[in-house]
Amino acid sequence: MPRVVVDVVPKPEILDPQGQAIVRALPRMGLRGVRDVRQGKHFELDVDDDVDAETLHRIAGELLANPVIENWTVRRL
Amino acid sequence: MSAGQTSAGCRIGVITFPGTLDDVDAARAVRYAGAQPVSLWHADDDLRGVDAVVVPGGFSYGDYLRAGAIAAHQPVLRAVVDAARRGTPVLGICNGFQILCEAGLLPGALVRNAGLHFVCRDQRLRVETNATAWTGRYGAGAEIVVPLKSIEGRYVADASTLTALAGEGRVVLRYLGTSPNGAVQDIAGIASADGRVVGLMPHPEHAIDSLTGPSTDGLDFFRSAIDAVLGSVRV
Repeated sequence: MPRVVVDVVPKPEILDPQGQAIVRALPRMGLRGVRDVRQGKHFELDVDDDVDAETLHRIAGELLANPVIENWTVRRL
Repeated sequence: MSAGQTSAGCRIGVITFPGTLDDVDAARAVRYAGAQPVSLWHADDDLRGVDAVVVPGGFSYGDYLRAGAIAAHQPVLRAVVDAARRGTPVLGICNGFQILCEAGLLPGALVRNAGLHFVCRDQRLRVETNATAWTGRYGAGAEIVVPLKSIEGRYVADASTLTALAGEGRVVLRYLGTSPNGAVQDIAGIASADGRVVGLMPHPEHAIDSLTGPSTDGLDFFRSAIDAVLGSVRV
């Protein structure tokens, strides 16, 4: 069964306070050099063989991501 | 107190999803305003002939995926979208506002508070317009105090959407004082182009009785909708 990965991240212009909290936590752990973090979501879908690219695009764009605030990518593994 | 005078013929639906919290208070507010509350269930595919709809607050479907995202695709929401296109007044409160944005009835989105914390406080607000189905009873520019309780309350929209909202008088409410969540332009509530659909993060249904709320400032949202339904106010 094919596996599809959808990654969703906040658009660049959307403030990501969760990512910022991670940036601030890293130096406290002694881990330096990270300038920015964007926190997103990673989905792994097991799909039937006949699920086409357009359907995957709808799955990603109509439910998994909100196009107002998020960008997404779809990859077949 | 509970009115029930001339508007008992007005029926206002209140939707319950799994995880909705504020449907009981919303129904109570409808009753206080003098209309008949009608319970609607997420799996319903019609609105039982109601004259207006409230999508109340809470955490529908646990807010899994994104706040409001799952609820926006349920059968009852398709019926709400159809009704809104016919001009039925719809009010989305807090999670209900998030649901209406996810369903595409209102532009923009609600995201995590800039300060990351859940904010729960009595919030001062300015009513920016009374030219909507839900704010006709307020004086434009009126200051009110209504509870705010949310962690994903930061309104965001792209620049062209914000220009349109401002230019068309569709910013309904703004936060006063220190911003509770970093919302763009302090926006707490917005309306659809026809003024019939309103979404807001604060909770007017919690401010209808001085015994249980910080004020009774919220009651006029529900009275305004009755006016709009009965046609005494044209918007």
